[in-house]
Amino acid sequence: MDNSNSETINIHAHRSYWKLGEPMVWLSGAALASILAIAVILVFVIISNGLGVFWPSPVARISLLDGGSTIGELTQRQQKRDTGAWRQQIKTGNRDFNSLDFRWIEDSDIKKITYPANIIALERMEFGNFYGFLREVNTPSGQFSKDLNSQFEKQFHFIAEEMEKLEDMEDDISSLSNDMESLRLKKQKLEYHGVASGSPELAKVQAEHARLQQEFEELLIKQSNEINRLRAYTATFEDISGKTKSIPFLDIVRYYYPNTMSFFQKVGFYIEKLWELLAEEPREANTEGGLFPAIFGTVLMVIIMSFLSFPLGVITAIYMGEYAKDGVVNRMVHIAVHNLAGIPSIVYGVFGLGFFVYGIGGTIDTLFFPERLPTPTFGSGGILWASLTLGLLTVPVVIVATEEALSAVPKSVKEGSLALGATKFQTLIRVILPMASPGIMTGFILAIARAAGEVAPLMITGVVKLAPTLALDSSFPYLHLERKFMHLGFHIYDVGFQSPNVEAAKPMVFVTTFLLVMIVMVMSSLAIVLRNRLKERYTITGF
Amino acid sequence: MDAISLDPNVHVMESKDLDFYYGDSQALFGVSMKIPRNYVTALIGPSGCGKSTYLRCLNRMNDLIDRSRMVGSISFGGEEINDPALDVFRLRQKVGMVFQKYNPFPKSIYENVIYGLRIAGIKSKSILDETVERSLQRAALWDEVKDRLNGTALGLSGGQMQRLCIARAIANNPEVLLMDEPASALDPRSTARIEELITELRGKYTIVIVTHNMQQATRVSDFTGYFYEGVLKEHGTTEQIFTNPKEKHTEDYISGRFG
Ligand SMILES: Nc1ncnc2c1ncn2[C@@H]1O[C@H](COP(=O)(O)OP(=O)(O)OP(=O)(O)O)[C@@H](O)[C@H]1O
Ligand SMILES: [Mg+2]
Repeated sequence: MDNSNSETINIHAHRSYWKLGEPMVWLSGAALASILAIAVILVFVIISNGLGVFWPSPVARISLLDGGSTIGELTQRQQKRDTGAWRQQIKTGNRDFNSLDFRWIEDSDIKKITYPANIIALERMEFGNFYGFLREVNTPSGQFSKDLNSQFEKQFHFIAEEMEKLEDMEDDISSLSNDMESLRLKKQKLEYHGVASGSPELAKVQAEHARLQQEFEELLIKQSNEINRLRAYTATFEDISGKTKSIPFLDIVRYYYPNTMSFFQKVGFYIEKLWELLAEEPREANTEGGLFPAIFGTVLMVIIMSFLSFPLGVITAIYMGEYAKDGVVNRMVHIAVHNLAGIPSIVYGVFGLGFFVYGIGGTIDTLFFPERLPTPTFGSGGILWASLTLGLLTVPVVIVATEEALSAVPKSVKEGSLALGATKFQTLIRVILPMASPGIMTGFILAIARAAGEVAPLMITGVVKLAPTLALDSSFPYLHLERKFMHLGFHIYDVGFQSPNVEAAKPMVFVTTFLLVMIVMVMSSLAIVLRNRLKERYTITGF
Repeated sequence: MDAISLDPNVHVMESKDLDFYYGDSQALFGVSMKIPRNYVTALIGPSGCGKSTYLRCLNRMNDLIDRSRMVGSISFGGEEINDPALDVFRLRQKVGMVFQKYNPFPKSIYENVIYGLRIAGIKSKSILDETVERSLQRAALWDEVKDRLNGTALGLSGGQMQRLCIARAIANNPEVLLMDEPASALDPRSTARIEELITELRGKYTIVIVTHNMQQATRVSDFTGYFYEGVLKEHGTTEQIFTNPKEKHTEDYISGRFG
């Protein structure tokens, strides 16, 4: 009796352990934890590699045992696999002297590392960073070799102000050249339509063009005189080996004394660099400078994409979910849509090239811009075609999410509306869509995230490594959808893997990745906030 | 109460030989029933006998079900409603419905009540305001919600939501109110309020109520129809059905021997 009793209890205990699903709970907990860990590690790797880039690191002077010495930022250490010896990577900059930015030095060759206070670091318009010592400041009114640092600062600010004026002139020049281009197109169009060469209409255009041409040339001369004048302001620097170089102030973007900066100066420097990243144009084959055109292109593309993808997806889903009769055709369409979401994105790219660029774009060109042919206007890749391609790519995502959201609206509420005399359409507009809106928003979020991160289809529908102009500017019609554009995702690929100086571009890769992640997060957070608002309003509790 | 309009011989709706099919399976068999104006008629019977199906025929809600078919005639105020040319939206405004599960819209209390009016295109603020107050008062909800008309209807209790659904139906100024087990999802107190409400509405509207609760049927209804397997077995005054049923079957059911 006793025995059998304890056995029952044992069996009972054993079964309840499995029945309660304890191991499954642990397993799913562990799975969740590892996914979270992966996400955290991903963000951490990107942030740690990306955000450290702009923090000014000290510049070391390394004395070697053989008597030589070098200066540069200490970047990374590595252990050699065969000997186990350590070696140090140094960013030496001065590409115009060394041809390489980076250099490896064995630990065993190093005698001493010091951080001299008088080292100056320059960011330049070309040839990357310069590390060395300031020796002279030369202006047309004289040469300075005393009180150098403050002289240098004074001249640098003077030139910076002058450069702003130069930029205004630059803007005038480019708007003039825009005007001339549109006149040229107008003339071309007139000629194409057979306007006689002596006609007053044509003569007027030609005269106008000639006037602008003259103005343009005058401005160009003025600009180059101005540049020549400013190039006379130079500073002479000496590198570690004693070679000197005189660099015009015009070529210096930024300078700092890396070994004497206080913490707050470093913070200021960091913020300045971040601002440059967000607001300025890229320099030096995209490895330096800002990312503004790429950020702008990415965001604009997602916005244009949304205008195609969201209405099309929602309307399709409404028809499929609420109106189409359930049958073989409906089910096939359903399956097809779900499969569309899984097609490799490059396939969409090829489709976009064939259909949008060559098909629609080519047709637009022959119909509306025949005078410009064979130069394409809409018939080559551009932001519009790339956005539309991505729109098609994300439509299935929107459709699937919307369908699910619609079918989650309780039938009782639909019937409640119909029983009050509402038509199906009124019920849809007044009850079903508002209630489905949080779910539809979820689809939008997924679509935005997917679109912002896609690169492959863009590469053949209009993205370029360096776009001369933004798709949005001050010349009529302001939004130039036929223009090529830059994109953060493509930028990562281009800078990281296509650039001549891969090592120097590495930080930019992480920074750009970080920005891309941020943009996706910002855009989807906005959508999530909106969705939660809708949810609060339209979720039925107590059902 | 408006006693003048009470005459058991005046019928607002009448079905004749009504058959109903869900696809191939028949759910109603030759139901002929007269529904007296401004009285409360209860439909009782075991589960699955076709009470809800019959009720939904009266405002053509069954139209929404694929492959369903209605054969026979139902007249409403002398007009045939089993007619493809009928304006069902107008019919449903005149024949309102309250469901077993309260189903307020995720809108404010105010917007819930005037939903039918908005659908009908009425925009005058004074008419809307007046309708809201009158309907909520008739649904015995006004005092509880008059200070939060613009608050969401989803914050009400279950019983309040059901009364809101009744107010919503009343706002359309219907002639007939169909109620399918309106109190079965509610607690006893809310149930009592709904029953009181039905008693108050009696005489102003014609009410057809489906219920599984025999006491409820005797408390609120004037007439009772007993359904069994898609057939209207017996129909008469509630008093007669519950005290002196003609059919043995009816007696067995109401005395709780099955069902
Ligand atoms: N949408 C439908 N499709 C097919 N058959 C249905 C449908 N709705 C109801 N039926 C069937 O029709 C018959 C009558 O159903 P109905 O809902 O009218 O019964 P009821 O008397 O209201 O039952 P209950 O008291 O349980 O609500 C049942 O056999 C049911 O299975
Ligand atoms: Mg029922």
